[in-house]
Amino acid sequence: MSIILDHVNYIYDEDTAMAHAALIDVCLNIPDGQFVGLIGHTGSGKSTLIQHMNGLEKPTSGCVFYDGKDINDSDYDKKSLRAKVGLVFQYPEHQLFETDCFKDVCFGPKNLGLPQKEVELRAYEALKQVGFDDEYFYQSPFDLSGGQKRRVAIAGVLAMKPEVLILDEPTAGLDPKGREDILNLISKLHEEMGITIILVSHSMDDVANYVQRIIVMNKGRVAFDDEPKEVFKHYKELEEIGLAAPQVTYVMQELHEAGFPVDTDVTTLEDAKNEILKAFGKC
Amino acid sequence: MLRDITLGQYYRTESVIHSLDPRVKLVATFAFIVSLFVANNFIGYVIAALFLAMVIYLSKVPPKFIFRGMKTIFFLLLLTMVFNLFLTPGTPIVSVWKFTITQEGLKMAAMMAVRLVFLITGSSLMTLTTTPNHLTDGLERLLRPLRLFKVPVHEISMMMSIALRFIPILMEETDKIMKAQMARGADFESGSLIKRAKSLVPLLVPLFISAFRRANDLAMAMEARCYKGGDGRTKMKPLIYEKRDRLAYLVIILYLVLIVVMGRILF
Repeated sequence: MSIILDHVNYIYDEDTAMAHAALIDVCLNIPDGQFVGLIGHTGSGKSTLIQHMNGLEKPTSGCVFYDGKDINDSDYDKKSLRAKVGLVFQYPEHQLFETDCFKDVCFGPKNLGLPQKEVELRAYEALKQVGFDDEYFYQSPFDLSGGQKRRVAIAGVLAMKPEVLILDEPTAGLDPKGREDILNLISKLHEEMGITIILVSHSMDDVANYVQRIIVMNKGRVAFDDEPKEVFKHYKELEEIGLAAPQVTYVMQELHEAGFPVDTDVTTLEDAKNEILKAFGKC
Repeated sequence: MLRDITLGQYYRTESVIHSLDPRVKLVATFAFIVSLFVANNFIGYVIAALFLAMVIYLSKVPPKFIFRGMKTIFFLLLLTMVFNLFLTPGTPIVSVWKFTITQEGLKMAAMMAVRLVFLITGSSLMTLTTTPNHLTDGLERLLRPLRLFKVPVHEISMMMSIALRFIPILMEETDKIMKAQMARGADFESGSLIKRAKSLVPLLVPLFISAFRRANDLAMAMEARCYKGGDGRTKMKPLIYEKRDRLAYLVIILYLVLIVVMGRILF
């Protein structure tokens, strides 16, 4: 069920004076069940990249394969692809349109042509998965808070039972509590349902705690693609492209330089704490 | 798909046409449209075509880009042609059942088609080479005399400039919402007419909400900067005619004279 991108190029506004390459020779292989962080500066091509993964954009050259099939073949069923590769856009609450939350979540499965019962069952399950309270089910989505709206929007994609879930900056514009809730929710989905997750973000701190692999995009190219601790070793290069390693990496690097025997590879706050305690002989 | 609509979109490049005073371009577009209706013979349209070709060449806008906007009016064009073709009385050529194609109808249909195509090309050329801000600035200056009759010229031009300014933004927004709903399995392209109209609901509702939200934000931002209408408001870049603008007016006058004279000579 893996996604493979083979030498994908994409040029916006081809043949005009505004033409510019959004993706340059991108080759990726995302295996089943992986939790991937896709990181890049604004305009680095990360949003364009994920739109290629469910066939919303067509590469100017190169191929995208899902489950071994080229998704841009003329006889490929794009609708079923979009059910399998769920994409949650940035500020997904801006796409809510129904009179109540439950109906809005039903929109996705209904489009798949499922029977009414199955549609409602899926909508119910999805809303439960995102931790949405029953009492708000039949409220207008426009009366909810930002964080709640976003849950409804994510449920709207989850109700299609995707095998791969792509989220474009799901924490943008939320308060710290909302951020953590959403990120925990996503990681729960990964653990419990085993779906592949691609989390797009520009904050390393956001993703460092959760993902197994980080892909860094810079100016349309893949700059780094490795495990988090390997990527963060390049923290100086990351800074040059306008990104930064998590705060933890900096602390550990400086402690290391100051002569403390700490492991600079740790990426999460918890591990860092243990490392530091160990270095001071308190553990 | 939505990128194909070029009407009201600015094409950024540097050319003589781009640097002209917006008033010149407004007057020129108006003169060009008038000339299309004054011209009633073949030579007139050849001159208009040459004039248009010259301006397109000078503007450095790729012709492909200009004619892409034509696709959107294709239906209107077809309708006009069909109506003119069948409903103009005159000498019949072909007659099928109740429909008759006349010589005059054929001529009329061709003329209307040419007029429409030129009209759209001419006016989209203006918006392609002039930023919305410039355009409304020019309009405001041109309409200034109307203030004597208590016409709120500044307010109208402000509304226009905001409307024009928001076309690309709303277009982008539409594209985004469309994609988001497509990611949820929405289908905008197939099915019967009623089904397709219904499928627009998930697109239009969020679009309207976002438009109102933007309007609200903009009103706040304007008030925060003490905007209170046109009275006593000055411009950072006032419009001043330069040599090339006078030259352009001369060209327009020459063109109009040519069109009128050609009409007289032949008839």
